[in-house]
Amino acid sequence: MINLLRYLKNFKFSIGVSLLLIAIRALAELYLPTLSADMVNIGIVNRDIEYILHVGSWMLIITAAGIAAFILAGYLSSKATAGFARILREEVFSRVESFSLQEFDRFGTASLINRTTNDITQVQNFLVFALRMIVMVPILGAGCIVLAFSRDAILALVFVVVTPVILAVIFFFMRQGLPLFKIMQEKLDRLNLIVREGLTGIRVIRAFNRDSYEKQRFERANFEYAATGLRVNRLMEAMTPLITLIMNLSIIAIVWFGGIRIDLGFTNVGDLMAFIQYAMQVLYSFIAISRMFLIIPRATASAARINEVLNTKPQILDGPAEKQPQDQKTRGHVEFKDVTFRYPEAKRPVLRNISFRAGPGEVTAIIGSTGSGKSTLVHLMLRLYDVDSGSILIDGVDVREMPQKSLREKISFVPQKTILFSGTILDNICYGREDAGSEEVLRAAEIAQAMEFISEMKDGFSSPVAQGGKNLSGGQRQRLAIARALLKKADIYIFDDSFSALDYATEARLRRALAQEMAGATLFIISQRINTVKNADRIIVLDKGRIAGIGTHEELMASCDIYREIVVSQLSEEETA
Amino acid sequence: MSKEGRQSAIKAMPVRLGGRIMLSAPGKKAKNFKGTIMRLLQYLRPHSFSLLIVFALAVCGTVFSILGPKILGRATTLFFNGMMDRLRGVPDAGIDFELVGKIMLLLTGIYILSEAFNYLGQFIMAGVVQKIVYTMREEVYQKLTRLPLKFFDTYTHGEILSRVTNDMDLIGSTLGQSLTHLISSIVTVAGVMAMMLIISPAMTLIALLTLPLWYLITTKITRYSQKMFVDQQRELGELNSHIEEAYGGHIIVKSFGNEEKVIQRFKEINERLYDAGWRALFISGIIMPLINFVNNMGYVLVCIVGAVFVIQGRIAIGDMQAFIQYSRNFKEPIIQFANVANIIQATIAAAERVFELLDEEEEKADSPHALTLFAPRGEVKFENVTFGYSADATLIKNMNIAVKAGQTVAIVGPTGAGKTTLVNLLMRFYEISGGRITIDGIDIREIKRGTLRGIFGMVLQDTWLFQGTIRDNIAYGKEGATDEEIRRAAAAARADHFIRTLPGGYDTVLNEEASNISQGQKQLLTIARAILADPAILILDEATSNVDTRTELLIQKAMADLMKGRTSFVIAHRLSTIKDADMILVMNEGEVVEKGTNAELLALNGFYAALHKSRFAVEEAI
Ligand SMILES: Nc1ncnc2c1ncn2[C@@H]1O[C@H](COP(=O)(O)OP(=O)(O)OP(=O)(O)O)[C@@H](O)[C@H]1O
Ligand SMILES: Nc1ncnc2c1ncn2[C@@H]1O[C@H](COP(=O)(O)OP(=O)(O)OP(=O)(O)O)[C@@H](O)[C@H]1O
Ligand SMILES: [Mg+2]
Repeated sequence: MINLLRYLKNFKFSIGVSLLLIAIRALAELYLPTLSADMVNIGIVNRDIEYILHVGSWMLIITAAGIAAFILAGYLSSKATAGFARILREEVFSRVESFSLQEFDRFGTASLINRTTNDITQVQNFLVFALRMIVMVPILGAGCIVLAFSRDAILALVFVVVTPVILAVIFFFMRQGLPLFKIMQEKLDRLNLIVREGLTGIRVIRAFNRDSYEKQRFERANFEYAATGLRVNRLMEAMTPLITLIMNLSIIAIVWFGGIRIDLGFTNVGDLMAFIQYAMQVLYSFIAISRMFLIIPRATASAARINEVLNTKPQILDGPAEKQPQDQKTRGHVEFKDVTFRYPEAKRPVLRNISFRAGPGEVTAIIGSTGSGKSTLVHLMLRLYDVDSGSILIDGVDVREMPQKSLREKISFVPQKTILFSGTILDNICYGREDAGSEEVLRAAEIAQAMEFISEMKDGFSSPVAQGGKNLSGGQRQRLAIARALLKKADIYIFDDSFSALDYATEARLRRALAQEMAGATLFIISQRINTVKNADRIIVLDKGRIAGIGTHEELMASCDIYREIVVSQLSEEETA
Repeated sequence: MSKEGRQSAIKAMPVRLGGRIMLSAPGKKAKNFKGTIMRLLQYLRPHSFSLLIVFALAVCGTVFSILGPKILGRATTLFFNGMMDRLRGVPDAGIDFELVGKIMLLLTGIYILSEAFNYLGQFIMAGVVQKIVYTMREEVYQKLTRLPLKFFDTYTHGEILSRVTNDMDLIGSTLGQSLTHLISSIVTVAGVMAMMLIISPAMTLIALLTLPLWYLITTKITRYSQKMFVDQQRELGELNSHIEEAYGGHIIVKSFGNEEKVIQRFKEINERLYDAGWRALFISGIIMPLINFVNNMGYVLVCIVGAVFVIQGRIAIGDMQAFIQYSRNFKEPIIQFANVANIIQATIAAAERVFELLDEEEEKADSPHALTLFAPRGEVKFENVTFGYSADATLIKNMNIAVKAGQTVAIVGPTGAGKTTLVNLLMRFYEISGGRITIDGIDIREIKRGTLRGIFGMVLQDTWLFQGTIRDNIAYGKEGATDEEIRRAAAAARADHFIRTLPGGYDTVLNEEASNISQGQKQLLTIARAILADPAILILDEATSNVDTRTELLIQKAMADLMKGRTSFVIAHRLSTIKDADMILVMNEGEVVEKGTNAELLALNGFYAALHKSRFAVEEAI
């Protein structure tokens, strides 16, 4: 947790001031019993009412000063803690945004969400408490002990005995609590995961009538979370009574020994009374400390989880900025040189020795059986993963040697799985370029054949899109994703099986429009339909991660068995047509 | 062009445009605090016995801890009197240590008991709170299973998740505090007040002078803090929703290089959360010192008056000491009281959001006479069915379809024609607004939803798999399926081969987004799942759209066996998949425009024939 506190450095000033103010107030608080002891020892013993009033008004003034200091301190420290949480959230979020898919999958979405919100809240809760207590309590505690010593050093030896005992108790509870809290946050992740899955898979769950199964899954997770919470609560709740008891017993000891010392004439009743008040004050300090230690374990567990994110350096790092190709005319060149790639946990490489070139104005189609590595190939081009060997050159520069931002600026991508965001149709189309003009938006929508349905919607471009585009049909979603990619001006366009949900007529129109509008761009089209790939300048046939053939339709028909098989599998369809 | 500029430019275009509709749950104002409290109290009712015990324990514990200072005060008085006597030269004067010793022993016993009671109370309370939170979470989840799909079209996942985790968590951590402190502070206030009255009514009166001030401060502040807490939880929900979408769409964010924009938006919400957050913190932090201040004023007054009284001989000095201690003690419960009032604000702000979810309109309940067992032959009829996703836009008008048992029905049509909608209606995911849908002549509304959906096995356009092994994912279609059945289903779906090449085979764990297998492989798994389910009626909605055609052919053969004698609905764009269907429904704009077999429809030379021809148009495109 300590190393998270570095994010407090922006607030050094306000925290410093607020700690100072709290110290002032702690001192004021300390001074009160001293004054009241004077009241007894001098005022009452001398029957001096004027003195009593004099001391009384001092007490009032000190009280007022104390509160003013404390409120100001509260203002400063609230801003500092909330600011700390804000920075930390931002830090975690930006770090996660910099993750490549690899790091992302390692944590899992649900856990990352929790780490960005819930875990930070836990640390913030701790900090709020800590700032309020960290100065107040030691000052009060230490101050009281010092004062107590000055009143009666021998009697104060009680504290010397009690303090280590209490520290040991606190240490014990910390040790016990920490692992439990860690488990608890993990259970919360699990809960989050299950609910999230329940939300994304709602249709399937209902369709398979597996509500009860899901409920059981949820119940288990919920139960485990609650049970862990209960265990840890019951454990930690024992700390405060235990410490209170220890302190109360030590007060008894003080009174007992105090009595003996009064009897022996070493002290007087007024001092003993003040002493008891100090002892009470110390008691409250210790209880306050123990309350702080109640939240430390959970905050520590959360802090560790946050640190895990912050300490994960994305493996894919930006290349130097200078290495950008200057020549404007030769943009859109892609070259794979003997690329081999293996997913981290996989036994075998998914892609082996892939080499090919593509240039502007060309259409490169990729075809191949399910799982042959087509999507992986284009993901590599976007540098969502890094190749194991070989290299990928865009415009003559290795993708690892340019900033990711400029790489991805060159490429426009329609992923196989359509992802839309909640907002409006317009928001979604303009996702890649918020500054696009209305002409361009319309054009992109037209090429993507999206106009026909957008214009039929009641609110046109401002029609709402639910998260993931749930309120649109599959084909509509896909076309929005295409429009989104088209609006983003790029040299290279990648369509990963992006016409699969379109009917043939729509696809035909879309491809015709694409051919006209994108004449100068480098196009990659992954498809299962022979008709879609047939007229490409280059067809890459992937099979089990290797290039089984590369060439035009005619060339492949002559040379590539696999390609011929694919064609035959679709021929039957044509014949009956 | 600026965003606004473009917005207005687009508005000027012939496209119909309307106002932007907020989708995520609108940030409603805090409305009904009393109602929310009453509702929260409802959750306490089943635990009233436990709570009673907690209350009793709190009373005992507090009484003991209240007695403590009084008894301690007696020891002090003993000392004082002893010393005074000695000063006055009373013979044999001194402190009666035997008596003091007894007092000390008594005190020790009392303190131990008091803390034991305290802990026992906490122990029980923790159990109660966890149970309540558990139940509430459960209820929220159950609720989610009863909400219509329409609901999920409007709330973002992050928003719902935030209610299940962040809000429930807040309730869990504050409810316990609120309750225990509430009980113990009530008891302490009463007890301390009683003790003070016993010692000196006059001094009590002075101590109580500060009460109105307490009241004023507490009510003023809580009124303000209400709003802050509500704001805070709302912004937290919104932030969660943004985070969830950004993380869920990570690949898009990355490939569009939109990290900075997403972070920018994050910062905006984060800023608002910060704003609400520090205010809420400040307010809750200020209560204690304010109360403390008032209390210290009382303390000073008590000291002064007490000192005067002692001088005048109206009270014993030990009593004054005890009184001072009490008035200090008095502060604790009062502060807690104020704190509780404040914490409750947070509890309520969170509870309100949870209740809001619980109050969403549910799917119409199954009628009590609804069929629970139903093994249909598979005759499906749509009679004058009318439906629209929103009340003002009818998508399907007066649709009539009759499917005989065992028939294979293909549904074709341009995208957005309403094919998937038809399936949605059949499964009763959405309620039709007119007409009826029957299976074997029975209105589907007279069949329990669970039973109805059990009749169908379906493969949806969007694949959905959960985090877990491949085995579990396939077995999802049938409870208690054997390994052999799972393997056979996978083999029929042509998934067996690829599964076995995975490092863990059938035990390979799919990650959260199932992104560690290819899209086509996901489809194969969902097909295997449906095959294993062995349903009475099969629905395939573009089940193989991402699967390569060679594999598809093989699956089709397996499917042909499966569909024999089984009513099936097949939605596909690739015509090969549908040409053998017994009936082809051609849909356009929510209407069935043609129906018949492949040959009949081609002969008709209408919409279907045109669709068919478009296949060849594709070839000319590029
Ligand atoms: N949940 C929903 N809320 C509101 N409108 C919806 C919803 N789902 C679909 N729609 C609209 O209903 C119409 C029909 O959609 P449907 O999904 O039935 O089309 P489809 O024929 O299956 O198309 P595709 O071939 O593209 O999958 C579309 O215009 C779509 O925008
Ligand atoms: N993140 C990942 N981790 C491990 N293995 C993966 C991951 N993503 C994909 N794979 C595996 O790599 C292989 C190639 O996947 P890819 O998505 O590239 O296939 P594809 O050719 O696009 O298939 P489809 O036509 O089904 O989309 C598959 O066998 C898949 O199981
Ligand atoms: Mg793919």
